[in-house]
Amino acid sequence: MMADNPTLETEAPAPTPARRKGVKRRAFLIGSAAVVGGGLFAVWWGDNSARKRAVELTAKDKDGSFLGWLKIGEDDTVTIYTPHIDFGQGSNTALAQMAADELDADWSRVTVESAPADPAFANSSLGKGFLADMSGYPGVIAAMPASFISLIARQMNLQITGGSSAVRFTGQSGMRVAGAAARAALIAEAADRLQVPANELTTQDSQVTHAKSARTLRYGELAEAAAKRPLDDNPKLKTREQYRYIGQGIPRLDIPAKVDGSALYGIDFTLPEMRVASIMMAPVRGGKLTSVDPAPAMAIDGVEKVIQLDEAVIVVAKGYWQAKKGLDALTPQFSDGGHGGLSTASIYAAQDKLNAAGPKLTAPTGGKLVTGEYKAPFLHQAMMEPFAITAHHKDGKLEMWGGIQDPLSARMMAAESAGLDADNVTFHPMIMGGGFGRRFPPYSQIIDQVARVAMQVPYPVKLIWSREEEVKHGAYRPQVAARLQGVTGKKRMAAWASDYAQNDDAAAEGTVPYAIPNFEARHHQFISNQVNAYWRSVNASQHGFFNESFVDELAHAEGEDPYTFRRNHLAPGSRHLLVLDTVAQRSGWTTPPPEGRARGIAMVESFGTIVAEVVEASLKEDGTPRVHKAWAVVDCGTTVNPVNAAAQIEGGLIMGLSAAIGEQINIDKGAVVESNFSDYPILQMADAPEVDVHFIESGAKMGGIGEPGLPPAAPALANALFALTGKRVRQLPILAQAKV
Amino acid sequence: MAIETTINGKAVSLTAEPDTPLLWAIREEVGLTGTKFGCGIAACGACTVHVNGEPTRSCSVPVSDVAGKSITTIEGLKGADGTLHAVQKAWIAAQVPQCGYCQSGQIMAAVALIQKTGKPSNAQIDEAMTNICRCGTYPRIRKAIIAATGQAALEGTA
Ligand code: FES
Ligand code: FES
Repeated sequence: MMADNPTLETEAPAPTPARRKGVKRRAFLIGSAAVVGGGLFAVWWGDNSARKRAVELTAKDKDGSFLGWLKIGEDDTVTIYTPHIDFGQGSNTALAQMAADELDADWSRVTVESAPADPAFANSSLGKGFLADMSGYPGVIAAMPASFISLIARQMNLQITGGSSAVRFTGQSGMRVAGAAARAALIAEAADRLQVPANELTTQDSQVTHAKSARTLRYGELAEAAAKRPLDDNPKLKTREQYRYIGQGIPRLDIPAKVDGSALYGIDFTLPEMRVASIMMAPVRGGKLTSVDPAPAMAIDGVEKVIQLDEAVIVVAKGYWQAKKGLDALTPQFSDGGHGGLSTASIYAAQDKLNAAGPKLTAPTGGKLVTGEYKAPFLHQAMMEPFAITAHHKDGKLEMWGGIQDPLSARMMAAESAGLDADNVTFHPMIMGGGFGRRFPPYSQIIDQVARVAMQVPYPVKLIWSREEEVKHGAYRPQVAARLQGVTGKKRMAAWASDYAQNDDAAAEGTVPYAIPNFEARHHQFISNQVNAYWRSVNASQHGFFNESFVDELAHAEGEDPYTFRRNHLAPGSRHLLVLDTVAQRSGWTTPPPEGRARGIAMVESFGTIVAEVVEASLKEDGTPRVHKAWAVVDCGTTVNPVNAAAQIEGGLIMGLSAAIGEQINIDKGAVVESNFSDYPILQMADAPEVDVHFIESGAKMGGIGEPGLPPAAPALANALFALTGKRVRQLPILAQAKV
Repeated sequence: MAIETTINGKAVSLTAEPDTPLLWAIREEVGLTGTKFGCGIAACGACTVHVNGEPTRSCSVPVSDVAGKSITTIEGLKGADGTLHAVQKAWIAAQVPQCGYCQSGQIMAAVALIQKTGKPSNAQIDEAMTNICRCGTYPRIRKAIIAATGQAALEGTA
């Protein structure tokens, strides 16, 4: 089944006007004692049947895991609590769509909250249960890719075997079940009240109707009693044809507050008497603060304190500007932790050496051997909101406010830094101005820093990282070098061997979907002083670039069209082939591009989603690339919200182009060279192409949507540039290579 | 000595030291947090406000420069009755924001562009809209600007 490009205007069902005769409009404020007069439904996996279901749905087996909550107010408002934090990917709306669909809720009265941001609820025993349970099974991080999960699993000593995304895990097995279970309880309650069999009742728009007797009950009047009923944790879920909200481009719930300035991000949080702190860390990661004279900072108006941490100096002042001026006045001395000899070039040299140790392929008679050495730099996430967390220590309790991907781990980390019991630490998650892998607690040094500062001052303090600190102390995408070898003949790939050096084994990302008789990929472990973290799409962006550029090289070596070459290595009837063919069709691959332009094609599967992209590029007068148009065809199984899913693909593609063209983090003498957007250029409007996004609704297992749009962008552009200039890009970024 | 300004139509006297960037006075002294800090060096546009109608990167303008001037922030775009500005409406219709952090600045830049040009061409959009969006919402920003100018022209506003 094919879906057309989603259009913004037509997708959203008109919200049902919120008018109901006789409804008492009690204005519930989320966060107040909102449960009064309504019902709170908490769905847990508890007994064996539930566990069976959990295993079925998630292939994970864990007792008592939190799945989802929803709350129905007396006035029919439905609040859906998700264990995820939405940092812009729209997952909260998608999750709410899934719960509301199964619940048959009136969408116009649905809101979504990140649990446990609601204090009324976090303070209740239920909230405690949530926290206790979450620490054993971090649903929050279910939003993250497999490598995140396995890393956390190791750190938290959990037995989690696979990864998933917010929507495909929490949504499919948590939110939908929660909605369906609550609906079943509402029906049961209505059946008792109306004295009719449950199977004569239908639900729609937050009402239960008995058609025979023409009687209707609102969810709001049933909720309180219904919530006390035992919940069926294995309720019947809707079939595809029954979906009402799933698959619709419903406007995102968080957007109105993001156009009028009212959305409060971590950096916006404020408390009475709060002070603001700025920080400077040892420029070389692993270095320490050796000395600092606080006097020059203390001489500045508004500066109150200079705090020395092991690896950093912090200035606390009345406001950010004063704190920054205070910091600028200091001349702190730092050690280099023994890493002062490290540079981008020395890292690549070490990696090349490791790769060279891999076995060499030889071409049989009549065959061709092609070798390509590829390089991808460290990359900075450049989330738009720099790190900022507020912390307040009072009477042995520490409270924190900020945007972190996993507030529960953040709480644990803060407790350890502050030397407090975790019970005495509260972390309030706030909206995040982007993340892209940066706000993952183990790499969010700010949690530890602000917790330590808060323990030393009697007032609340907000620590804000400057953009410079943000760029220089990132948790980067790993720098990777790869040597690829391919043997071809008769327009076919006969053998492929890749050797790549990086921190971790990218086994999944190192493979290609093409039928190649002899394929091997060897990982050579390489560790530097940099934290090798996650950057949108994790390892798929580097390896997607290597592999899809190299396939292109092999196609050209065989004198074959790169699209045809790829398709000849894909199984007829496969999802990959359909995705590839569709992008070729939509982009008009077989028709020549306008004068002065060329097209490139690439396809990468990541997070269970297959994406093929074509970009049409030219060179500007100064020789820099300009992408005019891009096409993306996506098979993620099912789209929950096609308008938002398209936004994620557009954004991923553009971020991929941005990185490919100009982004790099260089190391010199052990320290990061770049410092701000001035030398870490992000693609801007003038260079952002028009993007045509098309989904293939294959119905296959649901894949992710936030990341898979990114990896094909770089190779598609590099391949277009080859078609244009005959020069093969083997090192990223395309501009300003070998800057150091 | 206080610096007298008008912010969103109200007289405000700022007590921040004269070298304080307007951004921090708006955020910390006035308490309007819709204007964002992104880079501090006039490179990203997250802090864009209007100073006497001109789009201005407030992180790089000291408050001493805005004495006697009229400043509009994202919070000041709505009409007196609370209705959204045509550009804000267009932003919702096009479902522009992702993380949303850059969007106050984007909207302020777009409103200024539309005020200046009426119906901006693609080239004018490219030239004026230099704010960074890490989430890559550029195609939707462009769509929203184009849609908003249709609507604005019809309504005779903006
Ligand atoms: S914060 Fe002012 S331009 Fe970036
Ligand atoms: S919407 Fe996230 S930076 Fe623009």
